Amino acid sequence: MNEIGMTTNEIIGLALIIIGVLFDLSGCVGLVRLPDVYNRIQASTKCVVLGTTLILLGAMVSLASPQAVVKGIICILFILITSSTAAHALSHAAHRSGVSLWDKSVIDRYAEDHGHENNEEGAL
Amino acid sequence: MTTEILVPALIIGLLLCCGFCLYRIANGPTAADRMVAIDILGTVVVGFVAILTALTGKVYLLDVALVWALVAFVGTLALAKYLVGKRLNE
Amino acid sequence: MDEMKASSSTYELKPWVQRLVLFAVCFVFWLALVWPVSPVDGQLLPGDIAAGLFVSAFVAMVMKEMVRVNFIRFVNPRSWFWIFVYLFVFSYYVLKGGLDVAYRVLHPAMPIKPGIVKVRSVLKTETGRTMLANSITLTPGTLTIEVTEDGIFYIHWLFVNTLDEEEAAKQVLRRFEWFIGRIFE
Repeated sequence: MNEIGMTTNEIIGLALIIIGVLFDLSGCVGLVRLPDVYNRIQASTKCVVLGTTLILLGAMVSLASPQAVVKGIICILFILITSSTAAHALSHAAHRSGVSLWDKSVIDRYAEDHGHENNEEGAL
Repeated sequence: MTTEILVPALIIGLLLCCGFCLYRIANGPTAADRMVAIDILGTVVVGFVAILTALTGKVYLLDVALVWALVAFVGTLALAKYLVGKRLNE
Repeated sequence: MDEMKASSSTYELKPWVQRLVLFAVCFVFWLALVWPVSPVDGQLLPGDIAAGLFVSAFVAMVMKEMVRVNFIRFVNPRSWFWIFVYLFVFSYYVLKGGLDVAYRVLHPAMPIKPGIVKVRSVLKTETGRTMLANSITLTPGTLTIEVTEDGIFYIHWLFVNTLDEEEAAKQVLRRFEWFIGRIFE
């Protein structure tokens, strides 16, 4: 205990949680500001996953019991795997259903090769 | 002293995240935008539960986070499949 | 696809070994999630462990056909070492990706130049490609849209530096391919 009334673990955990919340906020600002679906998926997935991972790490560090650490690690691994898979499925489904890219996009190789109207049985 | 200011600030920060997601759910131009926002809302709620765990010191709340992440993932996959299927049926 | 089938038929385990491995995995997960230690005096709780044994045995009996994992690959100590190294590389790129995207989003002028590029991977196994696709999604400015059977990745790039296929592959894929190749091949 020091003069703030918190242990070192709690201070480190609180710092990690603050950084995580800032990342979450920037990800959600990206969700509002960016121009099309694919950019939004990019910004929100990356920033929010990083932010939530940091919050979970902060909770793990500030509790510092073996039970919390094991559960936190399982939770982090789970979020890393599922969110990237969900982003992949959503972007693929969006492209399949004919959502076009932003006007100022440079190139769209996927539409050149497959087209928006390609409705064959896909790997979803 | 510091926690009295910081903890409400953190919770308001995450509530702002939820607000941005709800804005995108309300006026996303396409269905895909809304789904992305729903997916991200699920992940933000997991962060909320993690903050609650750190505040209350009750480890069993992490189980809630785990199950929430699982259900949000399954829901997103179902929505993505629906988005493709809707086009096939038209 | 074909390589995957060939390798799994070469390393096919006996059914009871497969069930035993599945049972062990289920039981470890049960222990991690239930944590059968009494919060009062730190003693092990035999009732919780017995319930875990029963449930894992039931799952291993019923689910045998549903789980087809090539367990042989995971007992190789060399791939464990490379998974350990890859964890650090991966977390460095996740951190870099978050900072990069946060910078682009919060910058008032939003310096983005999006586009979908097509790159070809040298990885052969399905597991390796899946891991590569997930890694690409979580790292700076790239998002996998589709992976085809012959290893072509369609990638949405937040800031397209180059339109050349080889150059794009060098910038997006090669930083992970070397490590994943060490793990799985």
